[in-house]
Amino acid sequence: MQGLTIIVKKTAQLIAGMIFMYGIYVITHGHLTPGGGFAGGVIIAGSFILITLAFGSDVLKLIKEERGTTVVESLATIMVVLTGTAGFIFGTGYFFNNYLPKGVVGALISAGTLPLYNIFVGIEVAASIFIIFLSLIIFKEESQL
Amino acid sequence: MDLSISIILVFMIVGAIYSIHAKDLLSAVITCGIVGYGLVICFLLLKAPDLAIVQIVVETINLIIMVAVVLDSSREERYARPDSKGFVSATAVFVMMAVLLYFFYASASPLDKLGTSTLRMAGPYIEGAAAKTGSANLVTGVVFDFRGYDTMGEAVVLVTAVLGVLTILRLKGKK
Repeated sequence: MQGLTIIVKKTAQLIAGMIFMYGIYVITHGHLTPGGGFAGGVIIAGSFILITLAFGSDVLKLIKEERGTTVVESLATIMVVLTGTAGFIFGTGYFFNNYLPKGVVGALISAGTLPLYNIFVGIEVAASIFIIFLSLIIFKEESQL
Repeated sequence: MDLSISIILVFMIVGAIYSIHAKDLLSAVITCGIVGYGLVICFLLLKAPDLAIVQIVVETINLIIMVAVVLDSSREERYARPDSKGFVSATAVFVMMAVLLYFFYASASPLDKLGTSTLRMAGPYIEGAAAKTGSANLVTGVVFDFRGYDTMGEAVVLVTAVLGVLTILRLKGKK
């Protein structure tokens, strides 16, 4: 896939990092402010999509990227389920039990297991959206070969 | 607030009808965006910022991907003559619709009227949510603590969608 002009490339370089940091902020503050794993994950996927569209890439590199992202997505989904199972083992005997100490309401590290779920779901959503985008590009590039 | 929501809803309906009848596929995709972004404003007016953030980000990325697909393939809509295969498919769709409607009716008829008694779960959720979950954002508290199973299902839905996309868009197996 070809990249775009130098103006788009420089603008993408400037903006993509900020978009990525904003996605991380939305995920980690999901239990304090509006947002959470789903919204932040899509924002992070947006920053990756911006970089891929602006700079373009080789098909083989894209396929390699897709394989890695698939592994990340599967691991994040397993971690969501395992965190729920940990509530079954260490908690009072039912899944998705919030067994960690709650802390002060409104502090960044509080609410027990909720930030963990937010982080894992965020990684999973970001990887899923990026895989869908990558597989569309790879399909187009491979059908032109 | 009701008036402004009604105006936005009328805009959304007009956009949806135009996107069905548009000759150019690119303008059809962009008028679909009216529906999505109108929904964002509706969510904000109804005080649901969590949903509004998700909707605006997903709508933007969805629109980018759809515009890229339309620009890459064709901007003309293609029609195909219905043949016997299409007739069988249409009959199957109508039969399935009738079966689904029957079961929707059978499952919904014993319930009470919407908004009378089904919303009584909202009270206990709001009362002790901050103390029970320790979360300042009530939506996250409900989504990941009280309704953990639903959220796990939602995450698995995305995995299933990715599996479907990867299965459809493979070229090696087709040849």
